[in-house]
Amino acid sequence: MNTMVTAMREPGWRKPSVLPGFGLGMGITIFWMGLIILLPLAFLVWHSSNQSLDDFVQAALLDRRVLHAYWISLSSSVVAAVINTVLGTIVAWTLVRYRFPGHRLLDAMVDLPFALPTAVSGIALTSLLAGNGALGQWLEQAGIRVAFTQLGIIAALTLITMPFVVRSVQPAVENLQHELEEVAASMGASRITILRQIVLPTLLPSILTGMTLAFARALGEYGSVIFIAGNLPFRTEIAPLLIVIKLEQFDYMGATAIATTIMIVSLLLLLLINSMLAWQRRRGQGN
Amino acid sequence: MITPSRIQQPAQHELPLALQDSNLLRYSLIAVSVGFLLIMLLAPLLIVFGYAFKAGLGAYFAAITEPAAVSAIRLTLLTALICVPLNTIFGIAAAWAICKFEFRGKSLLISLIDLPFSVSPVIAGLVFVILFGAQGTFGPWLQANDIQVIYAVPGIILATLFVTFPFVARELIPLMQALGNADEEASLSLGANGWTTFYRVTLPNIKWGLLYGVILCNARAMGEFGAVSVVSGHIRMQTNTMPLHVEVLYNEYQFTAAFAVASLLALLAVVTLVMKVLIEGRLSTSAK
Repeated sequence: MNTMVTAMREPGWRKPSVLPGFGLGMGITIFWMGLIILLPLAFLVWHSSNQSLDDFVQAALLDRRVLHAYWISLSSSVVAAVINTVLGTIVAWTLVRYRFPGHRLLDAMVDLPFALPTAVSGIALTSLLAGNGALGQWLEQAGIRVAFTQLGIIAALTLITMPFVVRSVQPAVENLQHELEEVAASMGASRITILRQIVLPTLLPSILTGMTLAFARALGEYGSVIFIAGNLPFRTEIAPLLIVIKLEQFDYMGATAIATTIMIVSLLLLLLINSMLAWQRRRGQGN
Repeated sequence: MITPSRIQQPAQHELPLALQDSNLLRYSLIAVSVGFLLIMLLAPLLIVFGYAFKAGLGAYFAAITEPAAVSAIRLTLLTALICVPLNTIFGIAAAWAICKFEFRGKSLLISLIDLPFSVSPVIAGLVFVILFGAQGTFGPWLQANDIQVIYAVPGIILATLFVTFPFVARELIPLMQALGNADEEASLSLGANGWTTFYRVTLPNIKWGLLYGVILCNARAMGEFGAVSVVSGHIRMQTNTMPLHVEVLYNEYQFTAAFAVASLLALLAVVTLVMKVLIEGRLSTSAK
C-alpha cells in the first residue's frame, strides 16, 4: 500500500534512489536483450506476417502432416506433464518430509535433466528402452514397445521436464504451516483426509505452475526426442522436427509458419503462468 | 534456483506426531519416488558410462582423441568461452538495474528476460537462419561481402547466446532482491564510489549465486543441441560441437565412440550438480 502511495505522488516512471548505476545497468540490459532476443524474435513475427494469410494458414494449419505433428507434440507433452505432476508431487513430498538412505543424493540428482545435454539424455534413454536395451527387453517381453513409438516420445519428455514440478512444489511443502495439520489432527481428521483437504489444496498453485512449465518445455523439446522417436511422418514426428525438416528443404516460409504457431501457444502459456503466480501472491497476501 | 531462504527442514521423525504419515504410506511413497528417480536419472547416466567403456579404455581414449572429436571439443570450449562471459555481464547489469531500483514495467522486464526459456531451441536457431541464411533477409548481402554466419561458427555462437541468455540473471535476481539495498547505501554514505561499492560490498554478497548462474550457463552453452543443430550444418571438423558430434557418431552406428564423447558431457553435468550442492551449502551457512 505504502509503495503505491509514493508511486502515485512521484511523477515519472522510476523512484529516485541514492544508488548509482541505473542508467548503465538498464542500458546494457536493454541493448543486449534487444540485440540477442527481441529483435530476432520480432523479425520472425514480421517475416511470417509478410506471407499472405492463405499461405500461412495452408502451411501452418491445413497441411495434414503438420497437423499430425502438432497432435503428437501436444498429446505427448500433456501426458508427460501429467505423469510429472503426479510423480513430481510425490517426489517433492518424499524429499522434504521423509529421511532415508541416499535421500541427499537423490535430491541433488533431480536437477540432472537440466544439466545433462539433451542429446546425451536422448541416446541414453534410447539405449535403455530399445528392444535389446537393459529395460526395453523386459518391456518387449511384456508386449510393450517403447522406443520408436509415441511411448518413447513421452518417456523422453517425462525425463527432460522432470525437475520442473519437483522444484516448484518442494519449497511449497517446506513452507507448509504445521499448525494447520496439527489442528486438523487434533479435531479428529484422519491423515489421509488432512493430506487431501489441507495439504493438497495449499500445494495446488505450485503444482499447477510446475505442470505448466513442464508442458511448455515439452512442447518445444527437440534434442532428446529425435533419437527415441523414430521420426515416422504421421506417427512419431514432432512439430519441432518438422521445422528442422522444412529448413533443410529451404522451405523458410513453411518453417516460419509452424514456428510462429508453436510460439504463440508458448507465449499464451507464459501469460497463463504469470497470471497464475500473481493470483498465488494475492492469495498469499489475503491470508 | 538457489535462494538464501532454503534452509534444511526437520526430518519426519523430528516432526510433531500429528504430522507423521503412517509407515505404509511413507514406505510406498518412498518406493515410488526412488523407483522413478532411479529409472529416470541414474539408469541413463549408468548407460552412458557403461557403453563408453564397453570396448575398453583404449577404444575410449581413441574415440575422444581422434581429430573430429578434438575439433568438436575445441569448438564447444570456444563457444562457451565467448557466450558465458557476455551473458554474465548482462546478468549482473540486469540484476543490478532490476533489484536495486524501483521502476514501472519491472515485472514485464523480468518476463522478457525469461522469454528464451519458453521459446523452443529449434525456433531460436530458425530465427538466425531466416535472418542470415543463404536465402535469409541479409543472406545476399553477407554473401556479397564473403561473410558466413549460418553453417559457420558465428551462427553457433549467436544461437548459444540466445538459449543461455537468462541463466545468470535468473540466479542473481531473487538473490539480490532478498539481500536488499542497505549494505550498498551504507557503503555510499561512508564515501565509497559506485564501483568500489559494487566490488567490495555487492560482489562478495552475491558471489556464490553468481558462480552458480555461471556454472548453469556454461553447462547449457556446452550442451545445447537443438538451436545449434539448426544453424550448424553438421560440417565435420568445422561446425560440429560436442553434442552434434555425438549425434553424428550415433547415427553412423559408432555407439562406443558416441557414448565416449557423451560421457565427457555427462561428466560436465555431474560436476555441475556437485558444484550446486557445494554452493547451496555455502549459501545456507552464510544466510544463518
